[in-house]
Amino acid sequence: MLSRVADSLYWMSRYLERAEHTTRLLDVNLNLMLDEPQTSADRRWQRVLQALGIPRTTKFEGDAFALVRQLTFDATMRASVLACIIAARENARHVREQISTEMWQRLNSLYLQVTRPEMQSDMHAEALLEQSEGPTEFLQQVMEGVHQFQGVTDSTMSHGEGWQFIQVGRYMERASATAMLLEAYQTELWTKQDALPDSNEYLEWMGLLRSATAFEAYCKVYTADLAPDWILEFLLLDPDFPHSLRFSIDAMQHALEAVQDVSGGTRSDKLGRISGRLRATLSYSSVEEIMSGDVVMYLREIQMQCREIHNAIYELYVDYSIQAALAG
Amino acid sequence: MEIFEPHKPNLDDYLLDNAYDEMFAGPDQLRSHYQVLMEQFSALPRAEVERRKQAADISFLNQGITFTVYGRDEGTEKIFPYDLLPRMITAAEWCVVEKGLTQRITALNLFLKDIYNEGRILADGVVPRELVYSCKQFRRHMIGLQVPRNVYIAVTGTDLIRLENGEFVVLEDNLRVPSGVSYMLTNRRVMKRIFPQMFRRYNVRPIEQYTQLLLGTLRSLAPEGRPEPNIVLLSPGVFNSAYYEHAYLARQMGIELVEGRDLVTHDNVVYMRTTSGLRRVDVIYRRVDDDFIDPMSFRGDSMLGVAGLFNAYRAGNVTLANAFGTGVADDKALYAYVPAIIKYYLSEEPVLKNVETYLCARANERSHVLANLDKMVVKAVGESGGYGMLIGPQSTQAQREDFARKIEADPRNYIAQPTIQFSRAPCLFGDGFEPRHVDLRPYVLYGDKVSIVPGGLTRVALKKGSLVVNSSQGGGSKDTWVLSQ
Repeated sequence: MLSRVADSLYWMSRYLERAEHTTRLLDVNLNLMLDEPQTSADRRWQRVLQALGIPRTTKFEGDAFALVRQLTFDATMRASVLACIIAARENARHVREQISTEMWQRLNSLYLQVTRPEMQSDMHAEALLEQSEGPTEFLQQVMEGVHQFQGVTDSTMSHGEGWQFIQVGRYMERASATAMLLEAYQTELWTKQDALPDSNEYLEWMGLLRSATAFEAYCKVYTADLAPDWILEFLLLDPDFPHSLRFSIDAMQHALEAVQDVSGGTRSDKLGRISGRLRATLSYSSVEEIMSGDVVMYLREIQMQCREIHNAIYELYVDYSIQAALAG
Repeated sequence: MEIFEPHKPNLDDYLLDNAYDEMFAGPDQLRSHYQVLMEQFSALPRAEVERRKQAADISFLNQGITFTVYGRDEGTEKIFPYDLLPRMITAAEWCVVEKGLTQRITALNLFLKDIYNEGRILADGVVPRELVYSCKQFRRHMIGLQVPRNVYIAVTGTDLIRLENGEFVVLEDNLRVPSGVSYMLTNRRVMKRIFPQMFRRYNVRPIEQYTQLLLGTLRSLAPEGRPEPNIVLLSPGVFNSAYYEHAYLARQMGIELVEGRDLVTHDNVVYMRTTSGLRRVDVIYRRVDDDFIDPMSFRGDSMLGVAGLFNAYRAGNVTLANAFGTGVADDKALYAYVPAIIKYYLSEEPVLKNVETYLCARANERSHVLANLDKMVVKAVGESGGYGMLIGPQSTQAQREDFARKIEADPRNYIAQPTIQFSRAPCLFGDGFEPRHVDLRPYVLYGDKVSIVPGGLTRVALKKGSLVVNSSQGGGSKDTWVLSQ
């Protein structure tokens, strides 16, 4: 497979995953805002910005709807939902021949939906956000669009090398996003060690779980008792839940192995080593161990390792030097 | 309940003029090979025709058969317009076309070999030396270079038109990177689905083997010692107007579609970057113009090319189809010399004639052109796709004055031809047939031998009275049926 094609598939997938994650985070937080006193709004939206990794130059100015509008529709802001969908579609367009027609149609219609001329006008965006049910409906449409895209991808595209690169991109993005999300919540979660939360905190933690679509799955394992260490354990180490870090890293490692099988060779010493190490760390850790150390450092370490893996993927498959490739 | 009455197509707007008509020999004199078409259409209820037309529309839309119009809003994609009525060519007519094209392409290829090597034809004064050397498409880089099998023009798409007497003549040779072949193939696929019965009743010769022939042609041109050549199609990328076609052909041939940034050269060998490392490339079917293909040898500002590609080509490590510098032989001024070129190399009379052409570089012809601008079609020699043209009878005084100035300023750059009423074929508008001007672009492949699939792209000027068939100027296309007898 051409390196350029692998690059486009990987980023198409990452951008869509990012769009979905951002959308859900906004949706959950808009919803929680209804139940909370005005005083905690500041903290909430700063945390949302932090969880999305948005530079400190973007600040919450007191108007939640304005912020949501910016994070949704501002195409000049690279992290906005709109910008992510445009970027995903652009990547798909460059490899139109490599993906199935169903995938292209699904992604293209999502793109057409969010770039409708009336969406671009501030007035409409405002009306959309301030109507009685809020922008929930729009955000739901985006999430559904992404889910459908993932569905047709799995059922209409050959599960060959290209599909594996799509998986790598998706789980790489998901692992990084979950690690950042947990880091943003760290003060709430781990500074207080009291057993039972008051009602406000309960909502916060429910918000955290729902931001990772994890609330129902969590309840099935731990019941509706929300305890900080259980939440951390679930989102970090659960082997079966598709948004947990461990699951994401497992899935990514799996896809990387499949890519290596297809592309052949023993060239990937480094990539195999660092991705295997991260996977082992998560598979053989306990939450007590993690919490006895510096949790924030631990989460940052994971994010750093993800970046390292990303770089190793590029070094090996996409941006390799010609001299090295000729020698090998 | 609505009852669908069979009906004859409405011919009220089908007025004959002095242009050759593909369907009628005279008023009410249907040409025999259009008989079945008339019968089939009359037997179809109007609603059924409408339904089939819609089915075809959807089919084109879903496949994303689009082209980009330059010079408008960025990224204007349009569905390529097409007409449902097939254009028919009889076996006898095709026989002449095939023979004539084979002759012409063989001679032009010999010409290219000659001017880039010994230059006999120039020494013998058959073609003026300055005409060749002043051509912008002449590439001195090619001088003395041995190309595989001596084939310069592996793929061509020659534009033919029919004169008032029905004779096919050559309007233009496209020897660089001719496009449109995907429309020929897609038109056929759609037509077979829409009119299966009619298709069966006519004995239409197949064209579907084109991509396989193309692949075989490219393979036959591989550098020596590369028995399993890696063949790729080099495209400028998604922003090119013909990107759909590039992707289509690559997919149909099962070869990799690459862009300049996918290729690297090292020690005069071309490689493509894959996830399994560098893979050597042997044959490049390039759909990038000469100027843009290698920033080191040609335009330094090109972002589409591959640095060092030309040196690899010179070293014989990679084949490019078509070769560099083939544009010198489809220069519109050189066109006037093609009949002489055919006689010179093959000692034969041209089977397909040229359209009468005046070279503005010659003083007496220039003054004739300037005096008769309102009757002529003036073309800039380096332009294609219908850009840079003046159609005398349809021009304004200001346009003519503008062109007269341009011609005086740079006479070498202009040629003129009398305005020709090229032939008209029936097109479907509503429930009636109306005649529209058409041309024909058959595709000629040249590898170990010359092969032409029976058919081509019939382009049609869908605007009433218009003579411009280019897709960038409001033209459309039709399926072309070459009959077996």
